[in-house]
This record gives sequence, structure tokens and C-alpha cells, in this order.
Amino acid sequence: MFKVSNLTVSVEDKEILKDFSIDVSPGEVHAIMGPNGSGKSTLAHVCAGKEDYTVLNGEVLLNDENLLDLDPDERSTRGLFLAFQYPIEIPGVTTMTFLKSSLEAHYKANCKEVLSTPDFMKLVREKAAELNIDDDMIRRPLNVGFSGGEKKRNEILQMALLDPKICILDETDSGLDIDALKLVAEGVNKLRSESRSFIVITHYQRLLDYIKPDYVHIMYKGKIIETGDSTLALDLEKSGYNNYIK
Amino acid sequence: MPAVKETVKQVDEISVDKYKFGWSTDFDVEKSPIGLSEDTIRFISKKKNEPEWMLEWRLDAFHRYNTMTEPEWAKVNYPKINYDNMYFYSAPKNVEGPKSLDEVDPELLKTYEKLGIPLKEQEMLAGVKKNIAVDAVFDSVSVVTTFKDKLAEDGIIFCSISEAIQNHPDLVKKYLSSVVPKSDNYYSALNSAVFTDGSFVYIPPDTRCPMELSTYFRINDQNTGQFERTLIIADKGSYVSYLEGCTAPQRDENQLHAAVVELIALENAEIKYSTVQNWYPGDENGVGGIYNFVTKRGDCRGKNSKISWTQVETGSAVTWKYPSCILRGDNSVGEFYSIAISNSYQQIDSGTKMIHLGKNTTSKIISKGISAGHSSNAYRGLVSSHRKAENARNFTQCDSLLIGNNCSAHTVPYIETKNPTTIFEHEATTSKISDDQIFYCGQRGINVEVAIALIVNGFCKEVLQELPMEFAVEAQKLVGISLEGSVG
Repeated sequence: MFKVSNLTVSVEDKEILKDFSIDVSPGEVHAIMGPNGSGKSTLAHVCAGKEDYTVLNGEVLLNDENLLDLDPDERSTRGLFLAFQYPIEIPGVTTMTFLKSSLEAHYKANCKEVLSTPDFMKLVREKAAELNIDDDMIRRPLNVGFSGGEKKRNEILQMALLDPKICILDETDSGLDIDALKLVAEGVNKLRSESRSFIVITHYQRLLDYIKPDYVHIMYKGKIIETGDSTLALDLEKSGYNNYIK
Repeated sequence: MPAVKETVKQVDEISVDKYKFGWSTDFDVEKSPIGLSEDTIRFISKKKNEPEWMLEWRLDAFHRYNTMTEPEWAKVNYPKINYDNMYFYSAPKNVEGPKSLDEVDPELLKTYEKLGIPLKEQEMLAGVKKNIAVDAVFDSVSVVTTFKDKLAEDGIIFCSISEAIQNHPDLVKKYLSSVVPKSDNYYSALNSAVFTDGSFVYIPPDTRCPMELSTYFRINDQNTGQFERTLIIADKGSYVSYLEGCTAPQRDENQLHAAVVELIALENAEIKYSTVQNWYPGDENGVGGIYNFVTKRGDCRGKNSKISWTQVETGSAVTWKYPSCILRGDNSVGEFYSIAISNSYQQIDSGTKMIHLGKNTTSKIISKGISAGHSSNAYRGLVSSHRKAENARNFTQCDSLLIGNNCSAHTVPYIETKNPTTIFEHEATTSKISDDQIFYCGQRGINVEVAIALIVNGFCKEVLQELPMEFAVEAQKLVGISLEGSVG
């Protein structure tokens, strides 16, 4: 379903991803762990289509379509969602307005009928309530002055609204206290389904206590050096990366 | 919120047809002698059947004009205008005194239709629901004026300035050039000499004008400078809201537009003047486009009076415009809300002047400048309080937004106080639409152009909110369209 094969990417002549591959089947949750600078965030950004990266080789396939040929907005409407490590602030644009533009773009791209404004508001409020997001937050400019927890919950709210096929969570646990972490994890767990897959990028085992992965990968110097089940993360937490880095 | 979405939708629809008002209608045109001379002025005055005093007034302006030179202090560059090559008057033929819309050239009505002014419909609806009265200026002659009868019931005069000169000479003599003197500046002198038409509004005491008054301007004939003259008088305790909206056909030659607008608010009166300006800005290489050198000034002449300017400036190749308020009456209030968008090679030098003369006068300036492409966008403003202006207050907020790396934004505030009780505040910010914001929007399925429209509409929300409902949607639409292609 979602497959990255032999991806080699450089930034300013420095190779960040080296022949990176991962294969994610529907419904699976893959965790990618690794020390700083191993290329985890680069992977997330390249999949979503951020500029400033040079793809030297490889493909990113979603249902056999190569996403690398598409613009970021097209990748989004095809079903790829990236939860940002640092969600971006957009002053002057309320969260509600942003959500509406986003959802309408998705509906339009997928030839679905756009929701009426009352129906849309109802849908947002429903999903927001599950994440403990109040009306006040939705009326504020997008991510402006949001706490770390609010920003991340807002990311999950967008994920819930856009109904993606593959979600990449880029260090979603960073900057969250334990309550916020639980809330976010619950939000993600609610979205788990047979047809939706996740790639969870994290530094810490802690998040994986709440979001149980099917596979755990250790990434180092731009490629996966070890793959296992959830026990790998526990081992890693105990012994650190040194055992795996040869 | 839904309105912003509206913009996005409209931008989508219109992107195919880049400048939808880019066409010109064929008309037989009657022209004045080429160039500027006493003969030209006599021709115009005669053509308009003006009384002797008006001709004298024009000639006086012309003599003053001859002693003046074009101002060069603004941050704009353009080739010298050759006034000897211009026609200063052109009127569509066969429009002498139409009694109703049926008598109007059908070609012209089609033009209005394209512009989306449902005159007929509006007239039919008159009295049924809230309407916009349109004194439509097509080139130089006011072709048709609607709703005059309805307004006349309240004693409101809304007509072309030519008609006012004929029918209300006392009001015209009393107030014309009482705010903007003939020799105020080079362009106001030029306008005074050769103005061909424009609007006249008089609101009698204690009357609230029951509808938004509106004029749609078009510049339609090649080589014809357009010189409107607008005079609005709000008598004691009255209120009026006036809308001015413009579109122009696409062409290669530069055209000059030098209007003069004078507002007079007497005791306890309020005037709200809103502009959406979308004249042809030139093509993406900076060829062609309108020169917009306008003098707009309001005089809060009476106590407790208020004048509020709201402008959305997206068009024109070169803009030189400073809608100002003279706060003469005690407790009077002046406001200036502005969105100025420049793209491609457009140049804008715009802002306001708030002159505090009376006691306890307050003014507020909210200016949002958006520059994209290779454009230059300057805010130039003067806030001053004079010796007797006890407790003058001003708040200025001046924000600039840059899109891309080749444009520029400039802020040139002048602040002068001669009274120690004055409190003036000035805030300014400059920001840029970042690649990260565009990427974030993209990741949520929002493409670049929609994202820019969304962010820019958010940036100027405070000003858009000031526009009357009738204009708000159009303005938001323009904000999106004006910035198309601004990110590569």
C-alpha cells in the first residue's frame, strides 16, 4: 500500500537518506526510532514533498502511484498525512477557516460533494470534542499562541477530518506532557483501522506504550539497520542505540 | 469565514481568465482638441453647457496649473506624461439626456452587464429591498443616474457634478475646492481645469441616507485622461456611506487618472467612503496600466463629525494617493483603513494624512500593504496636531507583507506635534509569507494560490471587515486574483 523503495536523498550535496526502503501494508503501524541526525524527519518531509531536498534515486509509492511526481497538495489529497513536529503558525487565519479550506480541497480533489457550512461545523465540533479541543481554540488563528499540546492535538484533529490512508507522525510526542501524550495517542488509536496505516517517528519508547506498533525499525545514517516487533523498542530503551550501531 | 472560502472558490474559477475586465467596447466618441490649452477648457465647458462662472473657475485653475510642476517626491518611477498628446474630453455619442434606461445605448447596457451592475434589476427592486444607487460614469459623461427620485423624497441630492453645476450652483460654489484648493497640487490643478464629470452628493440635516451610494468608474477610450470630480456634503447630523468601485479594460497604452474627491462633514455628520480599485495594472512585464494620481480629502468641519476612508487598492500601474482627514471640528474623528496590493511591476505610494486642528480629535490608521512580484509598495503618512489641538489622539498600525524575494515594502511615517497633550502611537510590522506556511497548507491539500489568498485575506481581515457588505465579497475576490502567479 505505502512503499518507499531505494530512496536516496541529499541536501546541499550531503546524502541524508541512503537507499532507504520500507513497506507498509494496510492497517499496520510502523515505528521508526533512531538517534538524532539519522534522517527521520528528512524521510517525513521528502514523502510529503517539501522543497530543498534533492531526490537522487528511488520511489515513494502510495497504491502504486509515485508520489514524488506530485505536488504536496496532490500527495495530501491522495491520502498522505504528515503530523508536523513543529506545526506552522498562520496569523489571521482562524483554525476553522483553515480546516474548511483543507477539507474542501480534499473533497474537491476526490470528487466528493462539499459539506454545507453547518454540517462542516458540526463535523469539526464532533471530532474536536473527542480530542478535548474547545470552540475557543478553533476560533483562534491557526497554531498562533497554541501550547505544545494544543498544536499537536490540532494536528490529530486535522488527521481525523482528512481521513488519510497513510499517516506519518513526526515526533508527535516531543514537547508533550504525559496527559497531552495520552490524549494524542488515544486520538491516533481511534483512527487505527484495517485500511489506514501509520509511520510513527519517535525518539522514545514512551509513545509506543500508548500506540502499539506492529513493527519497530531502527534508523541510522539514512537507512534502516534493524527491524523487530515492539520488544525492540523496549530493548532499545534499556541499552541505547550503541548495541545496534556497528 | 465562509466569505474567505468564497474567495478561494472564486479565485479557482477566475484563474483561467486572468483579467476578466480586459476588454474595450466600441463606441463613436466625440473628442476635445488634442492637448491642453485654454481652447480645450473652453471646449469642455461649452460641451457641458456650463455657466460662465464655472468656465472662469476652470481657467483660473488652468493658469495656476501652468505655474506648477509634476511632483517627484513619491517612490514611483514612470516615463514623463506627454499632455500634448492627450485628449481631455471624450463622450460616448447618442447619450444626450436619456430619460430612462430604455433610451440608453444598448451597447453600454451590455457593458454594465459585463461589469455586473444590474441597473435594471435594481431599479425594479427599488423600494422593495435595500439597493445600491449607481451614478455610472462611463468615460466622461454620467450616462444614467438611478434612484434619484427615491433619494429626492428624503431631500438627498445624488447626481453628476455637471448636473449639480446646472441645478445646485449655490452648493457647488460654496463647497467646491473648499477642501482641496485648486492649486493644492499639480494633479488637483489639472483636474480642476479639465474635469469632465463625477458625482455630487448632498445629504440634508438630520438625514440618514437610506442606501449605500455607489459609483462605478470605467476608463474606456484610448488616450483619454479621466478626470473625475466628486463632492460629498453631509449636512448637520446626517450620515452617508459612499462606495466607489473601478475596473478598466486591458490595453498597452498608459492612461492617466487624476481624480479629486472632496468630503465635507458638518456638525454631528458622518461620511463613510469606501473604494475598491481594480484598474488595469499593466501586464506581467510592467507594460501598460493606469496611472492613478488621486487627491482625496475629507474635512470634518463641524463638531463631533466623522469621516472614514476604507480602500482596497489592487490595480493601476502607478498609484499616488493619500485619502486624508482634516479634523477641524472639536471631537471629530478620522479613520483610514487600507489594503494596498502590488504585484508584477506595480508601484504604489499611498497612505493618509490626519491633520488634528480641533480639540479632542481622534484618528485611527490601519494600513495593510502586500507586495509581490517585482513591485514596490510604500506607505506614506502624516499625522500632525496643531497648537490648539488639545488632547489629540492617533493610533497607527502599519503592516507589510512580502511575497517572494523581488518585491519591496517601505514605510514613511511623518509625525508632527505642536501640542504637548497630544498622544500619537505608531506600530509597524513587516512579515513574509514563508515557504513553511505554503508547505504546511500544501500538506493539507491547499494549493499554492489558494494558500496565498487564504493567508493574505487573513492578514488584511481587519480592513476587510470595515467594508460595507456589498463590497466585502468583491474585495476578497480581488485580493486573491491580484496575487495570482505571485509565487513561481
